[in-house]
Amino acid sequence: MFTILAEHGSALLSGLGYTLAASLMALLGSLVIGTAFALFEISHRKWLRIIGRIYVEVVRNIPLLVIALGFYVIVPRYVMPMDGFTAGTIGLTIYTSAFIAETVRAGIESVAVGQMEGARSVGLTYTQAMVQIIFPQAIKIVVPPLGNQFINLVKNSSVLAFVAGFDLMYEGKIVANATFSTFDTYLAVGLLYLVLTMPLSYLMRYLEKHWVSA
Amino acid sequence: MSMIEFHDVEKYYGKFHALKNINLTIDRGEVVTIIGPSGSGKSTLLRTINGLERITSGQLIVNDFDLADKNTDMNRIRKNVGMVFQHFNLYANKTVLDNITLGPTMVLKRPKAEVEDSARELLKMVGLEDQAAKYPSALSGGQKQRVAIARSLAMNPRAILFDEPTSALDPEMIGDVLDVMQTIAKQGMTMVVVTHEMGFARRVGDRIVFMADGQILEDESDVAGFFDHPKEPRAQEFISKILNH
Repeated sequence: MFTILAEHGSALLSGLGYTLAASLMALLGSLVIGTAFALFEISHRKWLRIIGRIYVEVVRNIPLLVIALGFYVIVPRYVMPMDGFTAGTIGLTIYTSAFIAETVRAGIESVAVGQMEGARSVGLTYTQAMVQIIFPQAIKIVVPPLGNQFINLVKNSSVLAFVAGFDLMYEGKIVANATFSTFDTYLAVGLLYLVLTMPLSYLMRYLEKHWVSA
Repeated sequence: MSMIEFHDVEKYYGKFHALKNINLTIDRGEVVTIIGPSGSGKSTLLRTINGLERITSGQLIVNDFDLADKNTDMNRIRKNVGMVFQHFNLYANKTVLDNITLGPTMVLKRPKAEVEDSARELLKMVGLEDQAAKYPSALSGGQKQRVAIARSLAMNPRAILFDEPTSALDPEMIGDVLDVMQTIAKQGMTMVVVTHEMGFARRVGDRIVFMADGQILEDESDVAGFFDHPKEPRAQEFISKILNH
């Protein structure tokens, strides 16, 4: 394994960089899109609720690989040119956003109805009540399950390997094919994933401990 | 001068007829208590007054605004009509002081320092001036409810609605809350109080409304007379059950 790291370290590290980049972008993107669809799902407008529901149910029930390949194969053919890294990252973002939407929706709904009524009864608007009262309470509820989603996201980014995304898994595959040391290569790849996910895992634990319980 | 007017108001939840032909006028400065068995529509009636529930048909005028009109801005009504809930509904993520100042600063756009001064005055009035920095979770039920009343008063409302304000409290906490309510009543606040506190209804109320099955069965200004000789059989039964348990 150390030979692999010594001889092909730069390739694997470059893959790690792509994985990190894809993960960070997908994390931010899926958080924004997921929260937006969570708000759709709890909207008092029926058509927004329907849109939210359809999005979540369709996206979360299709395999990530299919979504990523969809962006890699279909979009370049009919819409616009797109490289594997972009297609994979968008696919990852969309896929994860459906799960984040459900997590955020559940968090918001677990804040007691009375909190919203208390806020509305002094004349706060829906948005003001959400920002001032509901979100701050929902965030604390949502942090632990969101941590799970983020860790899954980093690991799921290995889907980029299937769409030529230059990520860690992709580079690992190339190294394994070149050296025939499959076992050692994937051991090294696994270790490098841990380098990304363990700190994330501990960050989430830290947030849970020092912020959620406060 | 009327503050709240119901004219032929009906309210349905799907097929369930929650409010039946409600006609009720409440004048400014009046303290009206609403009593009746559970499920009689008391809370629903109260919640229509600040638009937490919408009426199905009829006319409902609150502070000169027509609540049946879809274009009426509910936030303008709520700015002027406070509400105190059975389960307090204090903001769990804000301190006692911030609970009180949020409405005046965000909705009335009053300067923060001025709002905090009057919030501390209100806390003094409800006997909780030393609790300003605490979070609601650190308070007892009776304290929470007094903060909720202070929060409502901080908006300088024209009327306050009380939805069973003492029903979730331990018996020894009830007195403090009722005392605060009596003080507010004496200051001339228009109050609509859904309650099971017959002593309060009798002592403080200017008028009593008895509801059952979504209808107003009695609406009586002679409160003592109502308790001594309720006219409606349903009211007689209710009063005797409550007073002789």
